[in-house]
Amino acid sequence: MSELSAMNRKKIQSLADKLSKHVNHFSKTEIECLICDFNVLLREQINPGKANGLDRQNFRSILYNKFGMSDAIIMDAVFRTFDTDVDSFISVKEWIEGLSVFLRGTLDEKIKFCFQVYDSNGDNYITKEEMFHMLRNSLIQLPNDEDPEEGVKDMVEITLKRMDYDHDGKVSLADFDKAVREENLLLEAFGTCLPDRKSIRGFEQQVFQHQLEK
Amino acid sequence: MGITLSRAAQWTTASSNIGKLEFTPMNELLLKEILSFVEEFSSQHPQQAEHVFKEPLQWTTTLVASDFKTDYDISDSVVQSQEKDSEGHPLLLLSPPNVYVRSFSQLCKLVHLTNDKKLEEVRACLEDNRNPVVKVLGPSFAAELEGDNQDETRLFAKVKEEEEHKDTDDKVKLFLLLQNLDKQLLIKLLHEISQQVELNPAAVKNEVEMLKRSCGNGESRLLKSIQYTSDYEFSNGCRAPPWRQVHGEICYLVIEPCDSETLYITCSTAGVFLNRGIKQKGEENDYERTSDTYEDLVSLLKSKSPQFAKNINKQDCAVQELPSTQKIQHVESVDAEEQGQPQRSYEQQEKNVHEKARQQHTANKAGGKMKYEPCPRWKDLGLKCPPGRAEEKKPNKSSGEEKSGEMYKKKMATGAKSKMKADFSVSSLPGHLSPLKIKTSAGALPVEVFSESSTESEEEEEQPERRPESNTDLPSEYWHIQKLVKYIKGGDQRFTVLTLCTLMDFNLMQETCQLAIRDVGGLEVLINLLDTNEVKCKIGSLKILRKISSSVQIRRAIVEMGGLQSIVKIVDSEEEELMALAAETIAIVARFPKARRTVRQYGGIKKLVKLLDCVSNLANLSVRQEKDVEIARCGTLALWSCSKSTRNKDAIRKAGGIPLLGRLLKSPHESMLIPVVGTLQECASEESYRIAIQTEGMIKDLVKILGSDNDELQMHCASAIFKCAEDKQTRDLVREYKGLQLLVSLLSKADNKHLLAAATGAIWKCSISMENVAKFGEYNALEVLVNLLTDQPEEVLVNVVGAVGEFAQIPENKATIRRCGGIKPLVNLLTGTNQALLVNVTKAVGACATDMDNMVIIDQLDGVRLVWSLLKNPSADVQSSAAWALCPCINNAKTDDRLRRHLAEAIGHCCMWGSNKALFGEAGAVAPLVCYLKSKDSSVHQSTAMALYQLSKDPNNCITMHEKGVVKPLIHIMGSDEEMLQEAAAGCVRNIRLLALANRKVQLFY
Repeated sequence: MSELSAMNRKKIQSLADKLSKHVNHFSKTEIECLICDFNVLLREQINPGKANGLDRQNFRSILYNKFGMSDAIIMDAVFRTFDTDVDSFISVKEWIEGLSVFLRGTLDEKIKFCFQVYDSNGDNYITKEEMFHMLRNSLIQLPNDEDPEEGVKDMVEITLKRMDYDHDGKVSLADFDKAVREENLLLEAFGTCLPDRKSIRGFEQQVFQHQLEK
Repeated sequence: MGITLSRAAQWTTASSNIGKLEFTPMNELLLKEILSFVEEFSSQHPQQAEHVFKEPLQWTTTLVASDFKTDYDISDSVVQSQEKDSEGHPLLLLSPPNVYVRSFSQLCKLVHLTNDKKLEEVRACLEDNRNPVVKVLGPSFAAELEGDNQDETRLFAKVKEEEEHKDTDDKVKLFLLLQNLDKQLLIKLLHEISQQVELNPAAVKNEVEMLKRSCGNGESRLLKSIQYTSDYEFSNGCRAPPWRQVHGEICYLVIEPCDSETLYITCSTAGVFLNRGIKQKGEENDYERTSDTYEDLVSLLKSKSPQFAKNINKQDCAVQELPSTQKIQHVESVDAEEQGQPQRSYEQQEKNVHEKARQQHTANKAGGKMKYEPCPRWKDLGLKCPPGRAEEKKPNKSSGEEKSGEMYKKKMATGAKSKMKADFSVSSLPGHLSPLKIKTSAGALPVEVFSESSTESEEEEEQPERRPESNTDLPSEYWHIQKLVKYIKGGDQRFTVLTLCTLMDFNLMQETCQLAIRDVGGLEVLINLLDTNEVKCKIGSLKILRKISSSVQIRRAIVEMGGLQSIVKIVDSEEEELMALAAETIAIVARFPKARRTVRQYGGIKKLVKLLDCVSNLANLSVRQEKDVEIARCGTLALWSCSKSTRNKDAIRKAGGIPLLGRLLKSPHESMLIPVVGTLQECASEESYRIAIQTEGMIKDLVKILGSDNDELQMHCASAIFKCAEDKQTRDLVREYKGLQLLVSLLSKADNKHLLAAATGAIWKCSISMENVAKFGEYNALEVLVNLLTDQPEEVLVNVVGAVGEFAQIPENKATIRRCGGIKPLVNLLTGTNQALLVNVTKAVGACATDMDNMVIIDQLDGVRLVWSLLKNPSADVQSSAAWALCPCINNAKTDDRLRRHLAEAIGHCCMWGSNKALFGEAGAVAPLVCYLKSKDSSVHQSTAMALYQLSKDPNNCITMHEKGVVKPLIHIMGSDEEMLQEAAAGCVRNIRLLALANRKVQLFY
């Protein structure tokens, strides 16, 4: 980014300084790279002028293009989880904090993240309805014209029973945490909301190495 | 023709090239087909019929000169065809009893000449020309035929480059004709075979049970008696000895029909046939087949016993009803059971379910009529099926019930991930409880040709009809699991993962669940998931497979379905968790030879060895490194299982596994060390490994690990040392690294017999070095060992006695053994039968006997007699060891004339056995025997002279005797009054003299 003025560079560095206090898994240099990348993303946004950050549509296309996600419900939920100040835009701070977990989170952080994604109304519980909503189309077909929806309902019941350790009819973070620790596969039980290894590698390569080369 | 003849035809002896075609319906069919092909060849392909064979077909014929008419030149018994090849050689030459034919037109004519013996001629021709295609077209073409090559242009090119021949075209056409014939034959045969029902132990058992019930005295009894030749049933349900099981034989029966002589019957997977009379213990050639093969007992008996055939038709209804009455009783007993012992009910039910399913099969399978003829319902529908096919055909197109079953199946097949494999061999159907038709490819036929899955689906379709009857008895898990498998088939990745997690919640180590998963087709589904790109699905599937593989049946089924290949493929995936899981699953599945072979054949060993290459410093690991080390651990676990096969040991070495194992040996974690040392000790059976273990410096680590306090680890370590310490340098290294003391301290863990066997083994091998024996002395090892001479399993005793024998090479240890009361248990062990043990015991006794005080005790305990009785042991090792042990006895028995007499007598008698003469000589028994002649006791003289006479039959012994000055006392003895004594002494002198004469001759003439 040769055209970046020294002024701009300084700004970025101080921002990186500030952010690095809140972000666990990125080095300062990496944060700088991420800020630069964010600026590029922002510039690419269709309606960049009034934006304080990435809007939902742009965010979704990033999730789709860079992290191979395609489930609309889940993508919206991930947006909601990134958007901690609920202003419908992902600021650079939200972006980098979110990515820290998204790309390099510990199991603890990931459990929390996924739980927030799945808790669509933000009431700190995953309810039967929320589960059903997320899994609605996950059973494609059953033999003998059995109703797939019944199958999904059945599976929701089974899963709720399994995760609801405190028997209150819904899954709290504590329940979810315990279930995932027992069986890691349950982390993304209701939909893929974390990138796979390959796309993480691709993204990091693009952002960090690519940027460093410049 | 090539493939059909070499693979499908049933030859009497598989290995030799001079086998006969067996007289079976199948071969008959084959011959008829070939005959009609030949008969019509001239008229159908006149041009190709003229093609001259590369080499003549030659066979022993029954035809004589007078059978030939026009077109032939006949002189005496020799017949030549007027048709000649380009070089003027006749295309047919009869020189009784041989006939040589060089074209199809001649072959065709010949066949027409033979009238009623056509088939015999074809048979003789095929028997004498095991590969006719080679002779007709030349070897390269025949290879082409085997290779299934369809490319005509390539063939032309091939012919052209091979030879510039004007009839290129004909040759290729001929080739294509033969290829076509081959294909037609195969299809015919397969058609035939597919009608034959394969048998398995359960089916045979059911049939036998059914027939047993109908034995007895009444008018309508079917048989007088039916008996197995063996009461012992192997876990797989077979009663045939394992070396016959490899031929597919299940059991042998002796059946007395009411109206004919006793039948000796072999039941094998290929069918039922008469043998040469296997009773309790079959002689090798008793196993030979002497009749046609029938698809089951009933049909064999029907053809052998008219009364049986008559009565079974009468009884059909009764037989059919049998199972249903049985079933009701069963249900009642289950109920009772359930009330009494609720905690056992699942298991019990499971068993009953199987039993019942089997019985239902019996109804269909063994109940004579139902199987061979359409049941009344189908008869009414006007369905006419050839006998034997009724069962297969009937469900195909009739009732709506079956239709829905078929559709159900199709849907499954098109489901998102259910890539059904065509080659699975264990039935997968929902509700199919006992795999009655285990498919093994019949007679090594290329079964892929005919669609096996079609019969499979037919079986599946039968299920819905049967299932309702057994609904009530199935454990609830069964239904849950069936539902979940359905979900996996129909769900997307999320749903599949959720379902897999649910499935994991079942107690997958429990047989009920394991078999339920298999029976509802869960294994295929799980295996199919392994071939998808969904990492999470693969992880879930492997987590389940890993657990259910604790069942032998599941392991086998996974391998049969090709699942192990898929697992091997995953070993080098990019996902760490997958790699570890795949390796771990292999570790569990690869517990039988076929699985181990599969791992190797699909490159699994290399992949697994690669997993071991993790970090070099195994202490202080980062989180990431810990993951790598865990993968390495799983890899080692898998290699450990695989290393039970010698070829895999080689493969591990070639893949560079030894240094990697050496590196992992430095791990501080027991969970890592156990598989590493386990693999090493398994592989240490190979010399290459023993050398590597020593040269790579692993002995030091092994000794260090020996000092851990984990029994299993110590056991593997001690075993490794046991195997490696054959080598002197290794023994020295063990001492240097202070391993001897550790080994002795292991002896205190005498309750763990495996550990004790390994530790005593290591001590034994280490004590071959006398420096080590001295060192062991410091830890009082010998005293401990002597205490282990009683009340130990043989695997321990062999090693303990071996060690005691080595220790006894040092004089003061001989006294120690006596002082600790070791002589008596040693002598007692002489009465055993374990040959490895006897070799060591005789050695130890022999070593002890060199001590005079020990000798007295040995003699008192009648030990000498026990040792010499071992000279008659069938094992050469035991013999020589016993001979060796007798020598010190002979030496030490100087004073006691009674003992001398018996000893000499014993040797004399033993010399008549095998190679004992030479063995005694080698063991140095001759010289002391000569000294016995100085005794004043004439009875000692007598037995000694007898022994010397026997020994003198070995030239080397003569030399020794002569050197020891035997002749003089013998001549003196010849003057005795005893005739026997005279004769023996004279005989001995004569032998010595003869040798001397022969010697002189040699010197004179050469």
